[in-house]
Amino acid sequence: MSTGTETEPEAELAEPGSETNEAALESLLGERAIARDDHLNAPGFVINPNDVQDVLSDLRDEAGYDHLSCVTAQQYEDRYESIYHMKKFADPTDEVSIVVPTTVDDPVSQSAEPVFRTADWHEREAYDLVGVEYEDHPDLRRILLPETWQGHPLSKDYDQEKPQLVTLTEHQNPIQPDHHDAESDTMFLNIGPHHPATHGVLHVKTVLDGETVADVEPDIGYLHRCEEQMCEQGTYRHQIMPYPDRWDYVSAGLLNEWAYARVIEDLADIEVPEYAQIIRTMGAELCRIASHMLALGTFALDVYGEFTATFMYTFRDREVIQDILEDLTGQRMMFNYFRVGGVAWDLPEPREEFFEQTREFLNELPAKVGEYNDLITGNEIFQTRCIDTGVLEPEVAKDYGCTGPVARGSGVDYDLRRDDPYGYYEQLDWDVITRDGADNYARVLCRMEEVEESAKIIEQCLDLLEDWPEDERDVQANVPRTLKPDAGTEIYRAVEGAKGELGIYIRSDGSDKPGRFKIRSPCFSNLQALEEMSEGEYIPDLIASLGSLDIVLGEVDR
Amino acid sequence: MSSDEPRQTIYDSTAPSTDTRDARIGEGVDDRFNSKLREAFGASPFILTKFDEFMNWVRGNSMFMLQFGIACCSIEMMHTYAIKHDLDRFGAGVPRASPRQADVMIVPGTIVSKFGPRMKRVYDQMPEPKFVVGMGSCTISGGPFQEGYNVVKGAEEIIPIDIHVPGCPPRPEALLYGVLKLQERIKNGESSAVVVKPYELEEFGDLQKDELVQKLASEIDEDDLVMRYNWADSP
Repeated sequence: MSTGTETEPEAELAEPGSETNEAALESLLGERAIARDDHLNAPGFVINPNDVQDVLSDLRDEAGYDHLSCVTAQQYEDRYESIYHMKKFADPTDEVSIVVPTTVDDPVSQSAEPVFRTADWHEREAYDLVGVEYEDHPDLRRILLPETWQGHPLSKDYDQEKPQLVTLTEHQNPIQPDHHDAESDTMFLNIGPHHPATHGVLHVKTVLDGETVADVEPDIGYLHRCEEQMCEQGTYRHQIMPYPDRWDYVSAGLLNEWAYARVIEDLADIEVPEYAQIIRTMGAELCRIASHMLALGTFALDVYGEFTATFMYTFRDREVIQDILEDLTGQRMMFNYFRVGGVAWDLPEPREEFFEQTREFLNELPAKVGEYNDLITGNEIFQTRCIDTGVLEPEVAKDYGCTGPVARGSGVDYDLRRDDPYGYYEQLDWDVITRDGADNYARVLCRMEEVEESAKIIEQCLDLLEDWPEDERDVQANVPRTLKPDAGTEIYRAVEGAKGELGIYIRSDGSDKPGRFKIRSPCFSNLQALEEMSEGEYIPDLIASLGSLDIVLGEVDR
Repeated sequence: MSSDEPRQTIYDSTAPSTDTRDARIGEGVDDRFNSKLREAFGASPFILTKFDEFMNWVRGNSMFMLQFGIACCSIEMMHTYAIKHDLDRFGAGVPRASPRQADVMIVPGTIVSKFGPRMKRVYDQMPEPKFVVGMGSCTISGGPFQEGYNVVKGAEEIIPIDIHVPGCPPRPEALLYGVLKLQERIKNGESSAVVVKPYELEEFGDLQKDELVQKLASEIDEDDLVMRYNWADSP
């Protein structure tokens, strides 16, 4: 049970997915549910565009669905549709989808923003890419594409060949129109899109009052590479798998590939051999360590003032992991190692050498972690910069849909590896790390402790792999050459990526390519909380908060 | 003499021979002037070369890189700067945060429509002479995202590029090789490639008044800078 939600009356609902649960939901929604539209992962209810706030707040307050995981918008021949994928932080396998259809001529739907803060950006994205408009939305404008863009690229009548104009103008102070006014105390400051502390091409519009942050607005979309369009153009079997590597490109490739592997295996009903699952689990956790190492190194760069020492230490360890992963997959970063129904090939030969190399890394890891603790977390300057800065209260984190180390650093006990088990995690012995600090320090420590947990998982996987019977080493299930799930099948599945809940929604249209492919990126939701963490704080703490969120722009913008 | 054996003058004596210099300027000069390089010059402390050649040699051996991360390739670029690959061995390992202090820009990633004008502006802010290394397939053609509605089909549509390093992403070794090739070019005084079809930053008022421009006329000021993407003409 996560903190702070004990008061919610969810006892009346029975086991997730069961008949009684659906009956309870039906009676809760009553006449507002005008039809059923079930998805593979959850019961789905169709409601009127005017009932969105009403239904969502009932589901949250009465039935305990406190996690608005994702908002998917799409266009059919005869209608637009927004889907609200809802879960419980206490039990993410208990899901419900709320489907809101609108007409093609007048695609206006009520905004969910007053109920869930996280809907703000999700609905802006839906408006930007698909063209659904949301009533009552506080700030409905484009989020990923430039303001002057013409058309909505994922809608049916979009012509990609048409020219587009993009402006380069000075940004205005949103609080004071003239920010150089003698009377005014506030100053407008652009951070990025080319700035060393933004971890990529993020642009943060900041208004300062003295040294205090008065207003902050992340401006994203400088790396919007049309990932969803690319995936909709590829066939399920082979052409989609390379793309997830490039969402969260901080060596988290296998974790992302697993998101796609999981959703397509559930959609096409494929059973993955156990042996392949263990290899997957091991590879994914290696990726997690590499990813957390980079987060630590760049965070030290941001808050420390010293330029390279910690950064170089973390990169030293990343190089070791990348060597191991290169042996396993054949690539340093963009692995493309998972296949639908398994992995590409078995462990590298000679196997003993691979085991030895990996074990050597694991054996050295505790000493290295101790070194980091001496260097970083035990350092007084570091603690002064991090403790009690960038505070994100657990309730706020949930409202913004934060997941991963960001949520766990705020004491939200939510980890899909344990709560919605997949792969081989259930059979292994490891712990979910949570910390109650809710500040920058807690998030950093959370990642460092997760590294140790990942090492535990890898160790157990190695033991299993070493002793696995020689004739049962199946790395792939028998998968048809072409996958064509039934038309109209819809599914939303998530895995625990390096930054949090990485989900994918697929609607099949009967062909060998997805009809709609929507990515739920953890960084997108996490970054939205930056405003909450940094307003009223000092400007250096804004940089520290941004670093501790550990965003990667490839995943924010997709 | 095979090259893997040190020359006799190196292992024989560690002290520099100063006979000729002492004969010329007398004794008592500080030790720090005594070096193997000095010895190589012999009696005369002068070399004769063309100024341009000297400048190219200097430029090639001391390049300040722009700290410029865009996408996946920037992770491999960081690995190139970090230990193990250590770009600093080649005099090119000081990333500068400001374009005004940089000589070389490594473009590590996909350029999308919103970022194009920004990259052009950063490039314009670098002082001459400046050089660009395009890292990865995206800067060559748009790479795996070429068919995207928002992706510029190669960085060369916007700025001139001296060296292309293919790969997705290129290994750090490949980037090192690219940087070394660039140094070689600079030392030889070779000029950069010509941009065939650049997207330029223009004032909105200067654009041809077609359908799109008229539609946006109410939103954009006449003297605002804009970049116009003609997707249909892209390769």
